[in-house]
Amino acid sequence: MNAQTISKQNASGQLPTGAGTGGARSNWLGLAILAAALLTAPLWLHYLGGYDDLASRVLIYALAAMGLNLVLGFTGGLSFGHAAYFGLGAYGVGLMLKYYTHNVALALIGGTLLGGLAAAVLAPVVVRRRGIYFAMITIAIGQMFYFIAVRWNVVTGGLDGLTGFSRHALHFPGWVWSMNDTGFYYLVVLCFALGALALWVVLNSPLGHTFVAVRENHKRLTFLGANVQKYAALSFAISGFVVALAGGLNALLDNFASPNLLNYSLSGDFVIIAVLGGMRSFWGPFVGAIIFVAARDYASTVTQNWMSVIGLIFILSVLFFPMGIMGFLHKLRTEKR
Amino acid sequence: MLRASQRLLRATRLRTGEVGSRALKPRFASRGLTVDLILLFNTFNGLITGAFYALMALGLALILGLNNTINFAHGAFMALAAYFAYTLEPHLGFWGALIVAPLLAGAVGLVVERLLIRRLYGRDPLYTLLLTFGLALIIQDMIRTIWGATGVPLTIPQSLGHPLSQTYFFLTGYRLFVVAVALIGTGALFAILRYTRLGIRIRAGNADLETVSAMGVNIYLLRTANFVIGIIFAGIAGILAAGQLGLDPTMGDGLLMPAFVAIVVGGVGSLLGSMLGGLLIGAAAGITTSFYPAASEVVIYLIMALMLIVRPRGLMGQEGLLE
Repeated sequence: MNAQTISKQNASGQLPTGAGTGGARSNWLGLAILAAALLTAPLWLHYLGGYDDLASRVLIYALAAMGLNLVLGFTGGLSFGHAAYFGLGAYGVGLMLKYYTHNVALALIGGTLLGGLAAAVLAPVVVRRRGIYFAMITIAIGQMFYFIAVRWNVVTGGLDGLTGFSRHALHFPGWVWSMNDTGFYYLVVLCFALGALALWVVLNSPLGHTFVAVRENHKRLTFLGANVQKYAALSFAISGFVVALAGGLNALLDNFASPNLLNYSLSGDFVIIAVLGGMRSFWGPFVGAIIFVAARDYASTVTQNWMSVIGLIFILSVLFFPMGIMGFLHKLRTEKR
Repeated sequence: MLRASQRLLRATRLRTGEVGSRALKPRFASRGLTVDLILLFNTFNGLITGAFYALMALGLALILGLNNTINFAHGAFMALAAYFAYTLEPHLGFWGALIVAPLLAGAVGLVVERLLIRRLYGRDPLYTLLLTFGLALIIQDMIRTIWGATGVPLTIPQSLGHPLSQTYFFLTGYRLFVVAVALIGTGALFAILRYTRLGIRIRAGNADLETVSAMGVNIYLLRTANFVIGIIFAGIAGILAAGQLGLDPTMGDGLLMPAFVAIVVGGVGSLLGSMLGGLLIGAAAGITTSFYPAASEVVIYLIMALMLIVRPRGLMGQEGLLE
């Protein structure tokens, strides 16, 4: 009991774990504003030059980056291969819809299980090394899935990707949930809320505090008798499930699953989204996703060299915003006090 | 967008098919001999691929050791050097380009290290990883803008083009040349590290950078030199690869991942290990091509996973380094 109170204080004080910064009341207020903004987005988004699919993409990338951030920001593991679980989620949904069911919700569950279980099975192997090594291992394992997707033509459609499925309306007694752009956007909002809630619960549980302890000082944790590798693997697995859910939504958004969804360059995008927004902050990846997706969407309409724009985002955010936007705001706020 | 290693292995497979069905059957009555020759051919081809991986992995491991940087732009530098060689070849010839282009890429590396990477020493390796990742995107985009997105061939000297033996037709001069350059390059690197002052300082810096600094060595200069040497190695590997596969802006991507795997299999902190790792996975990919071509890319990752389970520190790695 006592130990938990202390770690809670730490969470909101010295170690900005994000979950719990800045007092309970402003937290609830911010959450209410966020919920209202997300729920009404289809009404005002077009004034800003956005559209429903773009909003869905932002939320999907945000969910993936938040899931990755459980490992990256809160457990301190430099994972550069999370696109693999994102892509597996996408292929899972695509295959479910193509061969087994027309029910979008069932397909999403199937995709999430496929990607999440793959992460859970690989987690004990991946966490055997830390630091730079961990990064290289996660990249390489991600690429393994990429090559499987490219090579296993019969199932995955090879380099051309998996096509031949589409999202259908969900039928409830007395009500049909249409899966047009706006209807699908609300499905994404629902999944985003569920994923964020799951992450929030984990991070505010003793388990989540253990993850932060792994990040801060894994040696001391070992001395205390905790099995560091077990906790790192748990964090990796949970994050895999969340990222796979996002990947499944991505397949539904495009009605298409491409092997590029498994490629390390997408993993890099997720990492930079988390870093740009602030990887010590719970909502940081969400902020990063808004900026990243909007910038990419805009750049690809105005210039052919949009890859350079993305590259510049990487370099500038590393050089000037190493703690991310949320970290920067947090610093401003604490300095004012 | 086919990746370079895929194309390499696909080319290998096409040749194998040719061997199996037409080219050799009239000459060899015994089928067993044919199969052996195919296996030999694929193993040899795999070893050449492994030599590319090893050259890449050496440069990567060098930079990883002293600069504490996972250089994601290594593949992009490789492509850059190859394109430099492509532009220089009409003026300097193949041999001149082979020497000058890696040095030019090294000069670009020098600028990059001084302006960007130097600012990030002492920070979490995450940041250099992301920086070089962004850099790779920009270099790739620049190559596409300057030289165009479609692939172009790099002409190799006639003397290296044709097979040396009738039976062992796959022993072309160029393939042996690749192996020779890989051997000479590796030998030169080990000689530098073993016998020159710079090399001894690099090795000492790998062990304990602070002490080296306290003994009056300018570690900033040392790290810059180390980075440039790593990039020059990438450049040589890039030009050699371009001679066999041709050039395209994404050519480095397909070779970068196997180089990572080579380092993990060989063990971080051991250059010899990285080299052996590269040869091992190259040969494994080649042998797999004989039996089950579709798995030829995946097998190297399986070897890595197996190594992590059985011996997490890799073939010759040191326990707990860079963790």
